Parts: sequence; C-alpha cells; structure tokens
Amino acid sequence: MSEPEMSPMQRVLTTLGHEEPDRVPLFLLLTTHGAKETGLSIKDYFSKAENVVEAQLRMREKYSNDCLFGFFYAAAEIQAWGGEVIFKEDGPPNSGEPFIKSLKQINTLKPPVIAESPVLQEVLKTIRLLNEKSAGAVPVLGVVVSPFSVPVMQAGFETYLEMIYNEPQLFNRLMEVNEAFCAEWANAQLEAGAASICYFDPVSSPTIIPREIYLQTGHRVAKKTISRINGPTATHMASGRALPIIDDLVETGTGAVGISANENLREVKQACRNKLTVIGNLNGLEMIHWNREEAKEAVINALARAAPGGGFILSDNHGEIPYQVPDQVLRTIAETVHSFGKYPLDRLVKDDE
Amino acid sequence: MQAVIGNFRNALLASDKEAAIGILDKYLLKHTPLNFVEAIAVEALDEIGSGWEKGEYALSQVYMSGRICEEMLDRVLPDQSGQRIDKPKMAITLLNDYHSLGKKIVYSILRAGGFQLIDYGRMETEGLINRVLEDRLELILISALMLSSALQVKEVVRGLKHGSDKVKIVVGGAPFRLDRQLWQTVGADAVGYTASDALKIVSSLQGGKTNE
Repeated sequence: MSEPEMSPMQRVLTTLGHEEPDRVPLFLLLTTHGAKETGLSIKDYFSKAENVVEAQLRMREKYSNDCLFGFFYAAAEIQAWGGEVIFKEDGPPNSGEPFIKSLKQINTLKPPVIAESPVLQEVLKTIRLLNEKSAGAVPVLGVVVSPFSVPVMQAGFETYLEMIYNEPQLFNRLMEVNEAFCAEWANAQLEAGAASICYFDPVSSPTIIPREIYLQTGHRVAKKTISRINGPTATHMASGRALPIIDDLVETGTGAVGISANENLREVKQACRNKLTVIGNLNGLEMIHWNREEAKEAVINALARAAPGGGFILSDNHGEIPYQVPDQVLRTIAETVHSFGKYPLDRLVKDDE
Repeated sequence: MQAVIGNFRNALLASDKEAAIGILDKYLLKHTPLNFVEAIAVEALDEIGSGWEKGEYALSQVYMSGRICEEMLDRVLPDQSGQRIDKPKMAITLLNDYHSLGKKIVYSILRAGGFQLIDYGRMETEGLINRVLEDRLELILISALMLSSALQVKEVVRGLKHGSDKVKIVVGGAPFRLDRQLWQTVGADAVGYTASDALKIVSSLQGGKTNE
C-alpha cells in the first residue's frame, strides 16, 4: 500500500529537516502574476489584501504550489519609511528616488511604525487570511529586506557602497535603525501567521561585496538580526552567488539559502548538505522564453542535482518570478515536479550522470 | 609593465587610493597621463571586470576601482585638456528605474579609459529618444536593472532607428546578464556584461563598427 500524500507543510518541514519527503517541494514565488489572475492592474491588485489572498489561493491550486507567498513587493518597506514607490504595468513596483538625500539624515533617522503603515498592514492582513484559509496545511511565507541590503533603496547603491567603505560610523548607525525595524517587521509577520521569514540579502552575496568585507558588515548584521527574529528564516541572495559564503551563512542562524542561476547546483548542495536547505535555482528571466521541453529539462536537471537526500526546494533564482513568464511554463514546471520529483530519485540521478 | 598593472589592480581591489596615486605619480615621471590610461588603467580595470564576471571579485570592487581611477585621472586628464577621446560622440543613461549603480560604474570606467561622454542621468523613453536625436549622438549606452525597464529599450530602439540610421544602442545591466538573448530581443546593437566590455565596445566603435 502506498504512503498517503503529504501536505505541503509536512513536505516542506521534512525537506528542511534534511530528509526526503514524498516529493520535492515546489515554491513558485509568484507576486505580480496575481494581478493577471484577478484581472486587475498591478497597482489595484496590491491595494487590497483580499485581492492577494484570492490570487495566492487560486495560483496555489492551479500549480500545486507548496507555499503561499505573503510578499507584495520589496519597495513596500520603502513606502513605510516614507519613500516613493513607482508602479508599473508589467513588473513589480520599484522604489523611486532614494529618500536619504544627505548622509546627515542618518543621525536622526527613525524606523517606521508598522501599525501606522497602510501597506504593511495590508501585508499582515494578507498573511493572517492566508494562514486562516490554509489552516496550517500550507506554509505562508513572509519576507523582509535585510538591514544590510535595504539601504540600496534607502540611499541609492553608489552612496551606500561608499558609506560601507568610507563612513563606518554612519554605516553602523544606519544598521542599528534598520536592524530594529527588520526584526520587528519579521516578528509582526510571524505573529500574523507566517511560517517562516525570507531574509532577502543580496548585498551580502560575493557577487556584490567581497567576503572579507561581508564578514565585517552583512554577516554581523545578519547574526544580530536573525537572532532577534522569533521563527525560522531562509536567506535569499536574489540572483547573487552564495557558494563562497555557505559556512558563514550557517553561522548567521539561517536555515536555508536561495542561490543564483549562475551557480553549480550540485556543488552548492554538496556544501550545504545537512546544514542549509537549498532553494533554487531556475533562471526566472530565461523562463520568459522557455518552451515546454526547455522548462521540463531545467526542472529535471535541478531535481537530479540537488534533491536527493532532501534539503532542497525547487524555486527560481531571484525569489520572484517575472510578470512576463507565461502560464504554460509555470504549468510545465509544476507538472514536471509532480511527474519526476517523487522520492526516491535514483533513476533521475542515474540518468543525469 | 605587468608588475605595474598588477600592483595598480591590487591597490584598486583593496580600495587603497593612496597606493594607487603613488603608482600613478611614479609612472608619470617618465610617461604621459594618456599613456598611463592606455597601458595601465584600462588593463587593470579590464582584469577586475573579467574577474567579476568569473566570480573572483565583487561588484563593490568594480565600482570602487572605477571611482578611484576616475577621480585620479580627472586630476591629470581634465575634460578641457584636449587629450580626452571624443569619438564616438556618446552618452550614457539609466532607463526608467532608479538603480543607477551600473550606469555610474560604466561612466567612471569609460572616463578612466580617457573617453569623453555625457551623463544623461535617469531618462524616460520618449525624453531619451528626443535627446539622443537632438544631440546627434553616435552611441547611446543604456543601463537597466529592472526587467520592465530593460524591455522598454525596444521602444527606444524603434524611436531612434526611425529618426536616425547612425546611432548605435548598447545595453547592459542585470536582466541582460541573466538572459543572454535579451539584448537581441529588444533590438540593441550590442551588449556589455561588464564595464570593461563597455570599454571594448566603445573602442571598437571609434572606427565606426560594432563588435557584436
């Protein structure tokens, strides 16, 4: 007699425990696709929690997704800080001109009050409703932008890099303020029902900053912040590389890592085995023009290289699938995981060798 | 010569401005500033750019290297010195979004390479088309971080090709690095995956041809 199918929550928890569940979990991290699903503009879609809840539930059903994504868009945090957000018709809302116009502002900067931010309240409502509707059977994911990475939107990338190199006092002051907000925002999402927090931290990636500077900055910030978050976290490099800092990431207390499409999945899995769950690494931008065969091949390759032994969640490389990725590609990814992702994966691994 | 390039590269990677200036000053005792640009700075920046592409160095090192070089060379090779390379007539812009790091890196590295170029800052599609045609540019470098901005290049290409058969459009930025077909999809003439690619593309266009 065959084993009964696991719930998405059981499947994800089993793989996070570095054991093999019934099949490889799939996190299709869909955000703006919800607007298509509900026939709304992206701006209207994100204006009400109920829109996001309806779309997330529909898309989970349609693609047998193993998570519900409570994330709206990264710039929502900037909106809460009082910054400008620019809505687009065909992509995620983008942060506008940096609101830190002079570095002196950092000395008096105060974190936003979550209860007073309409957009953050909509996110919390979304998480609460998604958690109620799924009754604990599907993990609801919350998201924070790390204190070390959010200054790219707060001050602009160039200003921030020069601050890291040349203005240690201002950097430390900004980190203090950001750490307090980040931990509070993560905990608010956990209290609303998020099962785990995705800690987006692309600036810590060796693609962006050398490891020796990371150890003095982003690593320390992550250790402090993650220890203040009252639930599990997954660190996501949002397309940046992670392999050279895997052991450093383990030290931050995170439980999983989202990696780049440009990394060798087999090598990353080897480095993470029994330490971190690997999330990734389908190329979200290439997905836009994949045909069914290409989508199927990419999924099978990823499964063969990283799924044996558990500790793997199939997902994209960026933590957000572009609006332009067609429904057919998403369906093919889901179908392929269902057909080829059932454990044990011995045959798949043998064919890949 | 290789040792000088290596020392200069290491000073840039460590963001050690004093060491970099020391190497420049010593070199200028026997050579011209433009000679330093061509023989040392461009070579060192190229090694750093290629190293980033291979995952050996970080983007912050590419950026800080370009900034240090730009600042040093502005001192010995000012805009009005008559020694800067002013062909092709070109400008650089950030299309639609506010993520200007890539543009700043390419701008710094082209200037550190001795080129003259206009910084248009952030532009919207229509405004960019009009400005490029008014300025009668031979080359426009477009940087984009967001996919939706990268896709807007298609509109820019349509507008520019309609108004001029002379201007070449070169694109760069994360979406083009992750999807290696995207530059062709949007109809650009060339793509740069690193800032040093931009140097090579612009150098090849001095003779009026693209390298793609």
